[in-house]
Amino acid sequence: MPELVTFFAGAAIILTGALGVVASRNPVHSALFLIQTLMGVAVLFVVQDAHFLAAVQVVVYAGAIVILFLFVIMLLGVDKAEDLGVEPIGGQKPLAAILGAALLAGALTIVLIATDGATGSSAPGDPERSLQNGFTDIERIGRVLFTDYLVAFQLTAALLTIAVIGAVVLTRTVRADDRLGDLEPVSMDTLPSLAPAGANDEHHADAADDDGKGDA
Amino acid sequence: MMFAATLTTSYFLVLSALMFAIGAVGLMIRRNPLVMFMCVELMLNAVNITFVAFGTDVDNVGGQISVFFVLVVAAVEVVVGLALVVAINRRRADATADDVSLLRG
Repeated sequence: MPELVTFFAGAAIILTGALGVVASRNPVHSALFLIQTLMGVAVLFVVQDAHFLAAVQVVVYAGAIVILFLFVIMLLGVDKAEDLGVEPIGGQKPLAAILGAALLAGALTIVLIATDGATGSSAPGDPERSLQNGFTDIERIGRVLFTDYLVAFQLTAALLTIAVIGAVVLTRTVRADDRLGDLEPVSMDTLPSLAPAGANDEHHADAADDDGKGDA
Repeated sequence: MMFAATLTTSYFLVLSALMFAIGAVGLMIRRNPLVMFMCVELMLNAVNITFVAFGTDVDNVGGQISVFFVLVVAAVEVVVGLALVVAINRRRADATADDVSLLRG
């Protein structure tokens, strides 16, 4: 019964936060409502004994992702209120409401029809992956993540690296002397290390300067 | 199964469906790209609740592992998405999703 009370408290936090995200006119308010929702989700993780995920939810989502949102909002100065009445595409809002209601109805129908659990009976699983195997949940996640899901885990590392590189490429400012058109085809006698110092064009001037300092 | 006095998986699924629908409607009606990304986060979190609920239901830690990966993908999506927003806003301030429609079919 206390679980049920906690669940409904968490659900209330989540749903008011979610409605706030959608209905706020100011993006900063949306971001703050998003934090409220994410904290509610963390509460529900605790109810289900997923303590590690609850902590990660707070640290990564509320602590990193929403802060990133707020940084971008503040940096771009787009924190002006949006007029929610403007409708560039005619009938967009009624259509969106109909589609959302249909989606909700479909999902609820599936949940209510599947009365003996939507996944059917659970196989008597691997004790390594059982939630009652005596490990704490962080040990359990660690053991499975670094054995069965090792390749996927490595791929997430690659994914994060690619995302960082992509973000840098997307947001860097291209200066005039960075343009690819300024590059000359490389041939052996234009390489700076092979040519005498000072014989290069002006793009290599600072490299030549460095050499001069090194000699001095 | 519904309205049971103890907490069952269905409670989580219903809540998750509500949250996902709110996120989807928000994605369709909002025009500020930042708020649209927040609505995507709402939908991802709705799915995370489902993963943990089903993981508890079938007594398997795989649900929690899935949440972990969803979290990583969400973080990546936000990084790239916000980089796009910054890049678009550098060219024209106050761009909404409707202003960036050259690729529309």
